[in-house]
Formats: sequence, C-alpha cells, structure tokens
Amino acid sequence: MGQNGVGKTSLLRCVAGLIEPESGEIDWHGAPVRKEREAFHRQLAYLGHVNALKPDLSALENLHYSVRLRRDVERHEMLEMLARLQVSQCADLPARALSAGQKRRVAIARVILSGASLWILDEPITNLDRGGIECVEACMATHLRAGGSILTAAHQSLLTQHARVRVLELQ
Amino acid sequence: MTEPGLMRIVGLIVARELRLAVRHWDQVVQPLIFFVVVTTLFPLAISPSLNELRNIAPGVVWVAAMLASLLALESLFRPDVEDGTIEQWALSGQPLSLLLLAKTVTHWLLAGLPLVIMAPIVGTALGMPMSVWPVLAGSLALGTGCLSILGGIGAALTVAVRRGSVLLALLVLPLEMPVLIFGARAVDLAMHGEAVAGPLNLLAAMLLLCLALGPFAMSAAMRISLE
Repeated sequence: MGQNGVGKTSLLRCVAGLIEPESGEIDWHGAPVRKEREAFHRQLAYLGHVNALKPDLSALENLHYSVRLRRDVERHEMLEMLARLQVSQCADLPARALSAGQKRRVAIARVILSGASLWILDEPITNLDRGGIECVEACMATHLRAGGSILTAAHQSLLTQHARVRVLELQ
Repeated sequence: MTEPGLMRIVGLIVARELRLAVRHWDQVVQPLIFFVVVTTLFPLAISPSLNELRNIAPGVVWVAAMLASLLALESLFRPDVEDGTIEQWALSGQPLSLLLLAKTVTHWLLAGLPLVIMAPIVGTALGMPMSVWPVLAGSLALGTGCLSILGGIGAALTVAVRRGSVLLALLVLPLEMPVLIFGARAVDLAMHGEAVAGPLNLLAAMLLLCLALGPFAMSAAMRISLE
C-alpha cells in the first residue's frame, strides 16, 4: 500500500521482470529470477493498469488468445470463469462494448485461467463495484488456499480476514 | 497443465492477427491503396509515353513499395503496446522473439504480400513487359520480407516514443537502402534481358539474415521500450 506515485507499480513491474532493478536481486524459490526468466514467467500472471484486451475481439476471444499462450483451455472453462466473475453475459460482446468494470473482470478471469501460482496484481479492484470487489476477493482467497501467492498493490485493504496477508506500506 | 508447443503459439498469434485484420480491413488496405495511387501518379506527372515510363518503372515500383511498407509499420506494434498485450506476451514465459516474429510475418502477409500480387499489374501500367513479372514479384517478395523485419526492429525501438513515426522513418529508411538498390537493380536487369541471379541472391541472403537475427533484435528493442 502507499500513496499515489510512491512506486507501487514500479515495484511490481520490477518484480515481474518488466524493469531491471537498479540494485539488488529478485529471487523466486531461492534462485535469482534473471537466470531463469522464462521459467519464472510461466509461473507468473500479471495484471497491470491496462487490461490487455483488444477492443475488436470478444471477451471469449480475448481470453482464448491470451490464455492459450500458456496452456490449453477449453471454451467451457472460459465460460465458467466468466460466470464466476459475473460477466458471462459479455462473453460474445466485443471488449469495446464492455464497461470499465466488466473489462477488469475479464482481465482478472485471464489471470485466474492462466494457472499461474504467483499473481502480481496492480490495483486489481479499480473500477469494480462492491459485488465485483467481493467476487475478486473470493477468487484471491481461493488461490491462496490452494497454495498460490499474490503480490498486489492496492489503495484499500484486501483480504483482511485472511491470516497470511502481509501489508507493506511504501513511503 | 499442458504447455503449448512453439508452432501452436505461432499459429495462435497468426490466427489472432488475421482475425483482427478482418475486423480492421480499412487499415489493412491503406498501404495497398497508397501503392497503387502513387504509381498511377507518375504517368500523369511525367509522361504517358510508355518508352519513358519503362525506364523509370523499376525504381518507381520499388520506391512506392518501400514507402507503402513504411506506412504500414506505424500500426505494427503500437496498438498492442498501448493496450498492454505485448506486456502480457513479454511475461507469458514464451520467447518474445518468436511471438514478435509471428506478428511480423502476419504483418507481411497483410501488408507485403498484397504489394507482391499487385506489382505486376502496376508494372504493366508503367510499360513493363510480361516477361519481367516473375522477377518483379520475386524481388518484391524477398525485399518486402526484409523491409517488414527491419521495420519491425525500428518499430519496436520507437514504439515508446510519442510521435515516433518521424523517428521511425529516419531510423529505418537508411537500413532499407540496400534492399531498394538490389531490388530495383534486379528488375532493371530483367527488363534489359540480362541475368538477375546476382541481386536476387543478395536479396535472399539479406532476408535470411533478417529472419535469423531480426527477431532477437526486435525482442531486445521491445524489452527496452516496455521499461
């Protein structure tokens, strides 16, 4: 957590490997990330400020072309995930027709479908309504219970009920 | 969890690009229209005499093809960088060089191949004999392939620069000069009935060099631009 401009996004991009750290080393499971970058990236799903959705492709097509870079995914799996995030009615609509909150939910569906163990989420609940925030928190809790890890930047506390959440305040 | 093979990844990117192109066909035909219009302007501006046009035809067709391919470059990576798609590719655990090569190859299919197909018709309008068609199409096929990859490197380098199109032209055009020289020379030699193997072989060698090293340069340039 931290104020605007304090460096939350830069830190997340640095951990994800989009920016080289000026000093220090980023380790994953005890080994430096820069030596096994592609192996690390296969275990990582990143959600940035932008949703990485093509306006001219439908929600389903967007999921198809991004998730299949990582693993085989069936249509019914994608539909189930969209239903879980309460956007199943948007499956065949072009992304340009979706509201900001619906786009965010589709982007989160991509993160979950990727099957990655480490999620790096930059302000994941931006543009989400109360129902959306609860839904995303439930997905995050499920991921943690399944042994996954999440590194997230947020303006408000997430998963406050969860015992293993650690909060780092940047200043 | 089964991981997809590299050929399937390439197929996925090509299918995605083609689907997007179908939905954005206006952008796809723009370079082709430019190519046809520019080459049509020369007879109007210089002379309708076929003898005069025949002398300049190889140069005109090649310069127009080069500028048309430059026109198409601006939209090669920019939309995908702006909406975060390439950021996702860079973090997908797949080789970014391969993904960008697949995208560039599709770009060539959409922007380069139509020029190759259209060139004989345009050439005929400028007085080129039919016997030159295979050399014209062959040289353009090899040449526009080089232009797409060289342009891809430039586009990856300048994609993070606002109003980078001027910089892109300044960066890429000097690199593309050898392609233009050998391409136009091959067509010129064919029109005079001389052997064309020399310049065509050089174009093919340049294409192989671009295919071998270009993807790594594109990937390195893109990672710098994403920072």
